[in-house]
Amino acid sequence: MSNEATLHSQDLHHHGHAADHGHGNGHDGHDHHHEETFISKYVFSMDHKMIAKQFLITGIIWAIIGAFFSVLFRLQLGYPDSTFPWLESILGHWAEGGRITAEAYYALVTMHGTILVFFVLTAGLSGTFSNLLIPLQVGARDMASPFMNMLSYWFFFLASVIMMSSLFVQTGPASGGWTSYPPLSALGDASIGSKIGMDLWLVSMAIFVVSSLLGSLNYISTILNMRTKGMSMTKMPLTIWGFFFTAILGVLSFPVLLSGFVLLLFDRHGGTSFYLSELFVAGKVLPNEGGSAILYQHLFWFLGHPEVYIIILPAMGMVSEILAVNSRKPIFGYLAMVGSMFAITILAFLVWAHHMFVTGLNPFLGAFFVLLTLLIAVPSAIKVFNWITTIWRGNIRFTPASLFSIGFVSTFISGGLTGIWLGNSAIDIHLHDTYFVIAHFHIVMGVSAFFGMFAGIYHWFPKMYGRYMNQTLGFIHFWITLVGAYLIFWPMHYEGMAGMPRRYFDYSNWASFNSFNGLNMFISFVVIIVFATQLLFVFNFFYSIFKGRKLTTPNPWNATTLEWTTPINPGHGNWPGEIPEVHRWAYDYSKDGKDFIPQTVPVSPDESGH
Amino acid sequence: MDNAVTAKKKWWSGGSSPFNVSYGKLMMWYFLISDAFTFGALLIAYGTQRFMAEAWPDPNVVFHSFPFMGHADMPLVFVSLMTFILIMSSVTMVLAVNAGHYMDRKSVVKWLSLTIIGGIMFLSCQAWEWMHLHEIGAWWGSNPFPNADGTAAISTNFVDFFFTITGFHGLHVTSGVVLNIIVLINVLKGTYEHRGHYEMVEKVGLYWHFVDLVWVFVFTCFYLL
Repeated sequence: MSNEATLHSQDLHHHGHAADHGHGNGHDGHDHHHEETFISKYVFSMDHKMIAKQFLITGIIWAIIGAFFSVLFRLQLGYPDSTFPWLESILGHWAEGGRITAEAYYALVTMHGTILVFFVLTAGLSGTFSNLLIPLQVGARDMASPFMNMLSYWFFFLASVIMMSSLFVQTGPASGGWTSYPPLSALGDASIGSKIGMDLWLVSMAIFVVSSLLGSLNYISTILNMRTKGMSMTKMPLTIWGFFFTAILGVLSFPVLLSGFVLLLFDRHGGTSFYLSELFVAGKVLPNEGGSAILYQHLFWFLGHPEVYIIILPAMGMVSEILAVNSRKPIFGYLAMVGSMFAITILAFLVWAHHMFVTGLNPFLGAFFVLLTLLIAVPSAIKVFNWITTIWRGNIRFTPASLFSIGFVSTFISGGLTGIWLGNSAIDIHLHDTYFVIAHFHIVMGVSAFFGMFAGIYHWFPKMYGRYMNQTLGFIHFWITLVGAYLIFWPMHYEGMAGMPRRYFDYSNWASFNSFNGLNMFISFVVIIVFATQLLFVFNFFYSIFKGRKLTTPNPWNATTLEWTTPINPGHGNWPGEIPEVHRWAYDYSKDGKDFIPQTVPVSPDESGH
Repeated sequence: MDNAVTAKKKWWSGGSSPFNVSYGKLMMWYFLISDAFTFGALLIAYGTQRFMAEAWPDPNVVFHSFPFMGHADMPLVFVSLMTFILIMSSVTMVLAVNAGHYMDRKSVVKWLSLTIIGGIMFLSCQAWEWMHLHEIGAWWGSNPFPNADGTAAISTNFVDFFFTITGFHGLHVTSGVVLNIIVLINVLKGTYEHRGHYEMVEKVGLYWHFVDLVWVFVFTCFYLL
């Protein structure tokens, strides 16, 4: 019996119920033709590929909602004097007379951030591609625990349902910003959005943490324990390294957020004063003494900062892989890529207070956080140079996936450079809470991660559905999105440097920012165009699932990695026969006169070294 | 020649678990690390609030009661008993895991049952302590205890953190007892005998020891410091 079979027969013992559905599937490579009902195949599926699709489609639905919210509040920012009667017909009293109310504006902003950061770019990105690619690229039949993997999705689904329901309660969803700082989030009387909507938000997020934990434990264990024969850690594609570090970040940082939420829930309903001290609300003195709102910020940002790497590391991994495949060149500096991801993972835990420079943080302490923050520029620069060197003189194939990967590198550079500004506490005191910050993190994290996600979807769509997405629509999608993203966020740098604060509903009475009226209108106009273009992508995605051009070869991109050694539509268990053995790293492109050499090909004696 | 190769097994080159453990045990370890961060965050939050406060109640005064002893002044005696019970339940858990290694089903049943009893005793003690504190007016948001320096407490943080963190720990003990009971049922049904190993006992053992270890920190932070 092969090692793989031994490993899996252990699993079968541990998970008797999973084995009933043919999971683990280690019996020396027979194709299991077990009966699958609609429920077990499409709903409560334990196949990692199906779970990946569930995460992806749920993420797409959330992305449409989250992006649409940004269109709504951009309408207010761009056209503060106009009324849009259709808004009243969809939002009711939240947009009386066709103009969004201040409460609705804050609710929209809050939900936009929450949805995009957690439900789309964490669950939708890492959940989709970790699930799809980890077993396929390390050579495993499925995740270590398919059952826990299924639970991970359904906890996410439950969190989604609760978050979605909060949109429909009478007092509206949470509206204290995606960070939910107390005291605003702790006191129900503080604002209309601090009532039941805030409770639903906290409960939903707590369940989301559970989902993330179940997923991440699975990803780590699968990567460590289930690699196929020959797949040493340094032979893994960089995608897997990206997912690996992402999962580690999640396992270590989300529990701290959970603790913060537990204390916040007690402050809301238990009469405690963890975060509350010396407060007046609506003219009344509150009895709470001895708490600290800053404590919440520490707990929040101990997750909040690693969270941005949870979002960006999977994208980095996928972009590395896609760039190598599409330039027909080995990735430049493989070990430096792994090392820099490791460095980012470590530094992620040591920089959270750079979000808190203006909280009254001791400037002496701030200096250390400045230093550690700026250190992140080193591994980030290593990665950027390695990507550029990878495509340098490559035989580049311009597919939508490779374009989005190049776009990722572009936005990561231009958004990352402003991070060096903001990481300096002296400059941050001026720029904090302005549109400069909005521009910075949207480009470096929002747009970049989305580009990584789009690249991943275009690249691995054939593996998911056995069909291609439409290329022309992909090109249109890419160019409008790239240009649009820069047109939206670049001007915000200027607004921010001029001191225009974020989280304001209306600037029209503020003479110093009147000069930006035209610019704001322009930004909002571009937002609408870019949003419409994303709908084009959504159309392309769903249309191609059913009508896309069919694959004729199992390896459409001539890639070296293991997922392309499976059949075009792999069943549960991924490989009909034995799991292939791995003999080389994932980046043997243009080597010894060969275009590419798959990982499964043994190294021949006359081959040049690498 | 093949022997020479297998003698120097390459643990990290794929095809086997690099730590020579099942994925389940690996996951349990990572879960515990994660959970350690949850408790770590709560205890650090407690630490910062406490050291920012100008004064704090004296645990020797707050925790001086013992069931059925009336008003006798017995500082920290009851919690010492609780701690002793919990640590003893860890000892019985070790013995259960050890018996599992020898496939000694009878001993596993015996020691695991004792562990469950220890856990339930601990929880009962905690329930009594909570009820007692509640009777004398302590609860979330209500702090009847004066500070150690004799001044009246202006903040409820002491009781807030006490109930939240010991409660969170108690929740962990409760789920540990539930897990132990499930595993005990499986032992009695012969599931692990049939499976050929008692690794599940080991896994719940890991969790149980972790919960005990957390108690040592909780105990130190709330009762001793």
